[in-house]
Amino acid sequence: MPAIEILGLEKTYKVGFWRQRPKRALEPLNLTVEEGEIFGFLGPNGAGKTTTLKLLMGLVFPTGGTARILGREWTDAEVKAQIGFLPEQPYFYDYLTAQELLDYYGQLSGVAAQDRKRRIPEVLARVGLTDVKGVQLRKFSKGMLQRAGIAQAILHNPKLVFLDEPMSGLDPLGRREVRDLMEQLKQEGKTVFFSTHILSDAEALCDRVAIIHKGALRGVGAVEDLTSTVQGKVEVVWQGTQIPASMKALGAECHVTGETVRAVITENQQDAAIDGLRREHIRLTAITPLRTSLEAYFVEKLQHSQTAVGTAMGNGR
Amino acid sequence: MSARIVHIASNTFREAVRDRVLYNLIAFALLLSGAAIFVGQISIGIERLVVVNLGLTAVSLFGIVIAIFIGIGLVSKEIEKRTLYTVLSRPVRRWEFIVGKFFGLAGTLVVNTFFMAIGVFGALLYVTHKFHKPDALILVALYFIILEFLIICSLALLFSSFSTPLLSAVFAFSLFVIGSFADDLRGFAGLTHGFTRWFATGAAYLVPNFSALNVISAVAHQQPLGGQLILQNTLYALFYSATVLSAAVLIFERRNLK
Repeated sequence: MPAIEILGLEKTYKVGFWRQRPKRALEPLNLTVEEGEIFGFLGPNGAGKTTTLKLLMGLVFPTGGTARILGREWTDAEVKAQIGFLPEQPYFYDYLTAQELLDYYGQLSGVAAQDRKRRIPEVLARVGLTDVKGVQLRKFSKGMLQRAGIAQAILHNPKLVFLDEPMSGLDPLGRREVRDLMEQLKQEGKTVFFSTHILSDAEALCDRVAIIHKGALRGVGAVEDLTSTVQGKVEVVWQGTQIPASMKALGAECHVTGETVRAVITENQQDAAIDGLRREHIRLTAITPLRTSLEAYFVEKLQHSQTAVGTAMGNGR
Repeated sequence: MSARIVHIASNTFREAVRDRVLYNLIAFALLLSGAAIFVGQISIGIERLVVVNLGLTAVSLFGIVIAIFIGIGLVSKEIEKRTLYTVLSRPVRRWEFIVGKFFGLAGTLVVNTFFMAIGVFGALLYVTHKFHKPDALILVALYFIILEFLIICSLALLFSSFSTPLLSAVFAFSLFVIGSFADDLRGFAGLTHGFTRWFATGAAYLVPNFSALNVISAVAHQQPLGGQLILQNTLYALFYSATVLSAAVLIFERRNLK
């Protein structure tokens, strides 16, 4: 059973005061997220990521389409007891302490008092908020609020966690901790759906990703598949500062960084390059096939969608 | 009542307390103590009348101001600060949120009124030295003031569910002022003819009838209040609040939280 099935969900807002005109925020979206995977929802700012999450959370109402979460209608209130949600740049009741906030949210999620007493310190420790007893949220830094937000999203042990830009506001260490936490959630069998525009996070964490731009889905697939487009080239790396004549003869693109040289050659030049380096007694460090990065794939999809929009506008004229 | 409504209500109450809303009690206590001492010195024979009038009017006005200024932000502030997102993404229905907020604010006002009532009775005891039987009618006036608060809370919540805090405050305060003259509005409607009569009568019955709930003067003058009036006012306030609250729920159920 898929954890999330989005079936043609779309949203059009009406903008303007007197003469309202439609503004498409999300084109009909079809997407399936399997149970137990970390799914990245990628797109630049204003692409429609948050709108999609708000639709799934029931915060805005769709113009059309439907969705199923954990096998039930997404509007079913009982489904919500099994999902956790971290909004983008979360802001909480600042007169509460982190413990009180989690207690309140635990009550609303139907967590029994005894379980709340046990879970709250556990979850706070898990997100690295251990020394905040008695401190009101108004005194929390942005990073601490983000951690409190993640804590409230996982407090009730949900099967499915939605995180909207979870790394936002965190320092490098905090980002690393959140990445570790997401991997732990996956190991516990939970499904994680997170939106981000930071591609390195997605590449490091996700089983599959979807790319959204200008409200429309531009691509979806496993990270390995999307980045495995071998360009018929390999990267050869060795220690040194000089570019040997054999590599120059092959026409390799060479880059020297400190004590390391990187050269890009075609696959069929690989043996000749190794032989040439051996002859010159150069110690080879690595030979790796050159893959498309997620960033390259992302940029290509975005450029393609820009071109498509431009062409459509041109045709419309 | 759903447990979630109770949790939302108690959190709303906690917010009001932590935001130092009950600090108004200090201003109220100072006002009444000062008035009691002043009245005790300058008036002969009408100390009770002045203290009851002043005390109950202050209870009503302090409560109305709190009801409007907290009520107008109850929903809009949660949308603006996005605290609502993490509440509605849980198994909380939108109507439960509105009803919980209503009871939280109403609870805050009841507690506030309780402490202010102690102040009124304290000031009265100071100027009259002992309680008399007609003083029990002050409790009825306080009960009517609480009914007034319920209506104002529901109106503030209604406006907050679709409008900005500033406009909500203007709407709620305007309705309070117009509603305080509801009897006059009904009298005026009786004097008109044709379409104007229909319009004025409709408007007179649509606005909350706060003049029927205001018995401060009658209580100050020790005039009796019938059981029928208490029943009528109770039913009216409950019906009016429930209707306004239902309208707030209907609007909020359809609102996109952008």
